[in-house]
Amino acid sequence: MSETNFRTETDADGIVLVTWDMPSRSMNVLTAEAITELGEILDRTTADEAVKGVVVTSGKNAFSGGADLTMLEGIGKLARQEAVKSGAEAAAKLVFDESRKLSQLYRRIETCGKPWAVAVNGVCLGGAFELALACHYRVASDDPKTRLGLPEVKVGLFPGAGGTQRIARMMPASDALQMLLKGDQLRTDRAKAMRLIDEVVPRDQMVEAAKTWIRNGGSAVKPWDQDGFKLPGGPVWSKGGFMTWPAANAIYRRETFGNYPGARAILKVVFEGLQLPMDRALTVESRYFAHILQSKEAAAMIRSLFVSMQELGKGARRPKDVPPSSIKKVGVVGAGFMGAGIAYVSALAGLEVVLVDRDQAAADKGKEHSHKLMTGQIMKGRAKTADRDALLARIEATPDYQKLGDCDLVIEAVFEDPKVKAEVIGKVEAVIDKDVIFGSNTSTLPISGLAASSERADQFIGIHFFSPVEKMLLVEIILGKETGDKALAVAMDYVRAIKKTPIVVNDTRGFYANRCVGAYLLEGHLMLDEGVPPAMIENTAKMAGMPVGPLSLTDEVAVDLALKILKAAEAQAGPDAINERQKELLVTLVEKEGRLGRKNGKGFYDYPEGGKKKLWPGLKDLQPVSRDADSIDVAELKHRFLATQALEAVRTVAEGVVTDVREADVGAIIGFGFAPFTGGPLSWIDGMGTKAFLALVKELEAKHGPRFAAPKLLEEMAAKDETFYGRFPPEAREKEAA
Amino acid sequence: MPEAFIYDAVRTPRGRGKPDGALHEVSSLALATTALEALKSRSNLDSGVVDDVILGCVDAVGEAGGDIARAAAINADYGTSVPGIQINRFCASGLDAINMAAGQIMAGQHDLVVGGGVESMSRVGIGAAGGAWPMDPDIALKSYFMPQGVSADLIATKYGFSRDEVDAYAVESQKRAKAAWDDGRFKDSIVPVKDINGITILDRDEHMRPETTMQSLGALKASFVQMGEMGGFDAVAIQAHPEVEEINHVHHAGNSSGIVDGAAAVLLGTREAGDRIGRKPRARIRAFANIGSDPALMLTGPVDVTKKVLKRAGMEIGDLDLIEINEAFASVVLRFQQAFDLDLAKVNVNGGAIAMGHPLGATGAMITGTVLDELERSGKSTALITLCIGAGMGTATIIERV
Repeated sequence: MSETNFRTETDADGIVLVTWDMPSRSMNVLTAEAITELGEILDRTTADEAVKGVVVTSGKNAFSGGADLTMLEGIGKLARQEAVKSGAEAAAKLVFDESRKLSQLYRRIETCGKPWAVAVNGVCLGGAFELALACHYRVASDDPKTRLGLPEVKVGLFPGAGGTQRIARMMPASDALQMLLKGDQLRTDRAKAMRLIDEVVPRDQMVEAAKTWIRNGGSAVKPWDQDGFKLPGGPVWSKGGFMTWPAANAIYRRETFGNYPGARAILKVVFEGLQLPMDRALTVESRYFAHILQSKEAAAMIRSLFVSMQELGKGARRPKDVPPSSIKKVGVVGAGFMGAGIAYVSALAGLEVVLVDRDQAAADKGKEHSHKLMTGQIMKGRAKTADRDALLARIEATPDYQKLGDCDLVIEAVFEDPKVKAEVIGKVEAVIDKDVIFGSNTSTLPISGLAASSERADQFIGIHFFSPVEKMLLVEIILGKETGDKALAVAMDYVRAIKKTPIVVNDTRGFYANRCVGAYLLEGHLMLDEGVPPAMIENTAKMAGMPVGPLSLTDEVAVDLALKILKAAEAQAGPDAINERQKELLVTLVEKEGRLGRKNGKGFYDYPEGGKKKLWPGLKDLQPVSRDADSIDVAELKHRFLATQALEAVRTVAEGVVTDVREADVGAIIGFGFAPFTGGPLSWIDGMGTKAFLALVKELEAKHGPRFAAPKLLEEMAAKDETFYGRFPPEAREKEAA
Repeated sequence: MPEAFIYDAVRTPRGRGKPDGALHEVSSLALATTALEALKSRSNLDSGVVDDVILGCVDAVGEAGGDIARAAAINADYGTSVPGIQINRFCASGLDAINMAAGQIMAGQHDLVVGGGVESMSRVGIGAAGGAWPMDPDIALKSYFMPQGVSADLIATKYGFSRDEVDAYAVESQKRAKAAWDDGRFKDSIVPVKDINGITILDRDEHMRPETTMQSLGALKASFVQMGEMGGFDAVAIQAHPEVEEINHVHHAGNSSGIVDGAAAVLLGTREAGDRIGRKPRARIRAFANIGSDPALMLTGPVDVTKKVLKRAGMEIGDLDLIEINEAFASVVLRFQQAFDLDLAKVNVNGGAIAMGHPLGATGAMITGTVLDELERSGKSTALITLCIGAGMGTATIIERV
């Protein structure tokens, strides 16, 4: 009997303490090996008459993050081999059998006849929380870091080890659905209130509390394994059920636009499972789990939203031979909306900040932004007054450039004008140490051009934040022609320190994210010009998976700003670089109608004071024709929205602007909300295959013009049926768990 | 192919479908029996002469479950040899019962068949039979399930009917129903519901509110706002018809069909069967049709099925003298009128379900009788009967006087 991942010790009362403590890992995860070992412990303790009960706990600071997602990917690989060997049904059966092993183990624990209790500290998520749910008694540590939850839905899966069935038998179906569909991590007070845990005690007392429950004769039979069990919300086919299910189905559609098979499977397995006894219910859950596991949405979401995101967050692109930089003090020049946001997120991460603007009042105004944001957090109960005071104490607002002298990194966020920027660069470099890195938060100006004003172009780098800074997780790091490794390393260390995700791109107009967003907005504007009803543009964009419609997004950016960028592009790159129809539309809105966007209360939408925004009825008059909605192909509109962005992403790869496919995908999802269920634009293409994508864009090009023309790279890849992740494999992944 | 003729049509009055409604103390069996007995006594149906009794019933559970048609046939003394079958196509069940009866006759397999329906909404309750459609995520999502009222509001939004327009239609329905009753236009077909002593419990449609005005309707709040917003159904409607920015909720109790209790029965047969029972045919079934339509709009099936049935009959919309389209919701009628560019002067001329109520399984048979009476009264020839149906369907029948 090997005890590699778990240690067991039996006390005088015959209670076995199982301590989960995997070697050479900072966090326990459910691997195939760990599952087998836990099964052996179950067999042994069940067979041994001297054993009265079992307590499971963790030997680490956290209980466990859940199942090893790469193990789940391994099942897929096995299935593909089996399919070749024995056919589709045999392969499907293999996936079903393999992917339900954890569920079967948990059910065996639940019905072994001896009481199992769990003592949980730190995070206990996914498959690990499902283990806790299968146990007969749950004690949690009162450590504020303790978190319990089933976040599987966030990576396209759902709890497939009995989680859906146990949760739905512990609370009314409507509450269970909400918990399962949101995938939130719960603090102990909420988990206790929801009766997901039985007891909350200090960490050093939790094992004893669990043992006490066993000694006092805790029952090893779950309520649903007893005669006369009644579902907390009543049967599916009851008044309560009728109050729950029609609305649950509708709300699922409202929240997901029907794009998330994992979420949909939650609805289905709870609906079916609650009509069955537990064992059959678990079988149904397993059938759907096996199915969802093989969905392209789950594969794409696991890869981008879990694996790649973690790798990039850890600085996968950081030059390895540059020693870690210790950034303690950051200078931010320009205390406008962006600069103020950068100061806030820096101070929030515990860094000292010097916030500089032309005079004291302007600098103070930027600092005031932090006050406002922290006050908002206090109102929501997420921070205390003392937190705000401490954060504000870390920000020094000043017009004095000299104060930047001891900063470890300086970021400028001044007006987007090369002359203004050049002046600031000179003033900053005059006071900072020679080896301090200078970052520019420009969104439109090429970094290499700005670096020309710097005495130290190798220390000059783009650090592009998105608005609003405190909410947006993505930061684009832009390499100028001469930017050196140290600048990249420092920028990445900084972005990691402020808990955002960096992507590294090479210098070009619009970098990466804004090029894709620009294509998205253009598509929406052209649809309007074609006579598509405005609401249909907005709704189909959201149905395609985008968080905000293109017309609404233009209003947020500001219509006049969109026009300004367009005119600048035209001035620099010539009339062919822009779309004339789009320009006409924006000129009409801005120059004839004075509609500038949300900022002046009128853009594509009207923004009535205190009321809900509504599409401006006058848009109809700007349309040369108006088309009958029933004659418009909704699927094509959705394809256009995603394809135009994905094509732009392909172009950035072809041009060498983006050099890591993970960055294209993760950057698109967290930067501008590209349909998360696709795993990002390149994963979306890979999901359908480059051949199919090429066929799609060729069809769109024939109908809608050369903006859908495929880059040569895509043609080449399609000819060989290559995928982006196949042709541009990211560096070997570090294995980690969910 | 034998022709199917209508020999007679009867209906009970419609009782308000609530515990204080007159028919609340009358069971589904008793309602159906009342209609069948009337048909039997008016047509001298000798014991055993009827080949089948087909009754529509939507919530066929509890007292209405387990084949209410056979129970009612026995109870009405049709003779042990007369079988019965209960059918369900939601709101069109009563008309489908007639069409199925006609189909059996046209196929030469039956000579004399009763088609009709029964629904005691006050006793059984709408939705009591349950069903996968709103509940099971598979079909609820695939069919864009939403409550019918939200679909009716979606129709109003998509096709541009304002609150004033739907209310105006409701006022007109009330006015027409009152005028028809005052003029005695229903008297030949209404069978009073009586108690065991022969005392009349109800002899007149109870749901009508002839005093209805635009002002009184204007005071009513739209019924489906909360369901649409909180229940998520507005989002379902918009995702099905994304050109809609937001749902304009216009329907309420005053411009939607009333919840009522009632039963109806129609006697159909071959010409020879009519001769045998000594009845002259009143009309023949010219054509009938069924269709599935957009399940999200749900209630526009009458437009699609009318096109289909006209084509089958080789007719144009203008060939119809009268049209009876069930007033499930005002927007259903207005959309039908808009689609065919109709003059409302020949649509639902004696009012409809907004004024008199819609006893789900029985309505199709009731309005067939109503429009036949009107054809005879006005000396006209041809009428269309059509109903919208849950989950997006339509049923239609063209009858022609002989």
